[in-house]
Amino acid sequence: MSIELRDVHKAFGERVILEGVTLEVREGETMAVIGYSGVGKSVMLKTIVGLLEPDQGTAWVDGQDVGSLAREQLYELRRKVGYVFQFAALFDSMTVAENVAMGLRRIRGMGEQEIEARIAEALRLVELEGFQDRYPSQVSGGQRKRVGLARAIATRPKYLLYDEPTTGLDPVTTAVIDRLVLKLEQELGVTSIVITHNMESAYRVARRIAMLYQGRIRFVGTPDEIKQTTDRVVRAFIEGRPELAQEAAA
Amino acid sequence: MSQAWSAPLAAVGRTALSTLAGFGRFGEFGASVARSFRDTSTWLRLVALQMARLGVESLPIALFIAAFTGIVLALQASYTFTGAVPLYFVGTLVGKTMILELGPVLTGLALAGRVGANIAAELGTMKVTEQVDALETLAYDPVAYLVVPRLIAGVVMFPVVVAFADAVGIVSGWITAINMLDMSTAEFVRGLRLFFLPFDVHYSLIKAASFGLAVTAMGCYFGFTTAGGAEAVGRSTTRAVVVSSMLILVLDAFWAATLL
Repeated sequence: MSIELRDVHKAFGERVILEGVTLEVREGETMAVIGYSGVGKSVMLKTIVGLLEPDQGTAWVDGQDVGSLAREQLYELRRKVGYVFQFAALFDSMTVAENVAMGLRRIRGMGEQEIEARIAEALRLVELEGFQDRYPSQVSGGQRKRVGLARAIATRPKYLLYDEPTTGLDPVTTAVIDRLVLKLEQELGVTSIVITHNMESAYRVARRIAMLYQGRIRFVGTPDEIKQTTDRVVRAFIEGRPELAQEAAA
Repeated sequence: MSQAWSAPLAAVGRTALSTLAGFGRFGEFGASVARSFRDTSTWLRLVALQMARLGVESLPIALFIAAFTGIVLALQASYTFTGAVPLYFVGTLVGKTMILELGPVLTGLALAGRVGANIAAELGTMKVTEQVDALETLAYDPVAYLVVPRLIAGVVMFPVVVAFADAVGIVSGWITAINMLDMSTAEFVRGLRLFFLPFDVHYSLIKAASFGLAVTAMGCYFGFTTAGGAEAVGRSTTRAVVVSSMLILVLDAFWAATLL
């Protein structure tokens, strides 16, 4: 079982975002998806979890076609998927602990004691012990992201989708998050997609890296393969050299 | 000549289409609310909290308005009746007007501003900051979690607030009458009971419940359909207040035409 996109198209009005994305994330691997801002990486991620419906094509998670699921089945599937939002998307009116508990309360038969234990465990993993009673407005931007991550991993999901989990974080916190992503893959066998602009981070956490470019997947390969690629568009992005992209376009 | 007409006609066409699309979106929203009512495990535990926020916390403003409305009604009635109509009719006018019209309508309009704006701004902000999407990813139905408890709280609590407002308006009218109009309590009560029908109270509460539904539904709808940033939240909030205020006046006329 894995995550798979088959020929996914998505447009918002006249603006075409995805033009036939096909991508398979293998069971237990972490795949980094890179690409220019506004290219549709978040749209792709939202399609996988059913927040957006593709205009054409299908998204498969855990062997199920997401678009064909009835509402209850979709919620059942989402209990297996953790989603880390770009700007954390924490519930402002709730404390950190209440935010982390939200997903846990949807798991049938889980008692308050176990919920408390899971909250503590998730906050320990993101190095935010003792933050239970704070409100999102009382923590820093980086800490908010880590609370968002704690909320996503608290339910011990089989799949994790990270939308720029380290953007805007300091190098040390970025390394903490990267280590956690690796740990979740290695120890729990979580299948993950990490959207990132940070190539260092992508090389650290990903077994394979995919590049989304002009609505399609331009490249898929291991970190070593992407470093060796002769594709000027890919090189321009990973090396931060716009002149290569201009040459490729010309 | 044809070119001169084409621009305004196109504008009318665009407005008509956008209005129709708005009705369509509201229909879709209504259908999702109806479906989400089945998800009792999500919304049931949140109703009490919303009843406190929408109802109990709205009491001060509603009672403030009702108290001053009662005073003005008593004074204006006495001014109008001078010499021609027995003064105990002040009690009749205060009672009838508060219960049938001003209690529910003024409270409804005040709560359209307080409750409707609050709901639209809160849900709109949640929408643009992806908190609604976050609920979805955590396997919550956002309509069951956010909309249904507010609608139920609105329908249940608006009549409670209006009942208190009716009572306070009448009491303030009575206090005004005995202190400023040279009337006795017996005279005021005589007038109050003269044309009183228990149906009046039912009528007031039915209106209040419908206003509660209109205000919360508009707040939720415009909040939920917010797209963009802070400006869009402001726009949604304004629309929620304007449309729910208009709906209150339309419903007021509708109930008068159908129930009286």
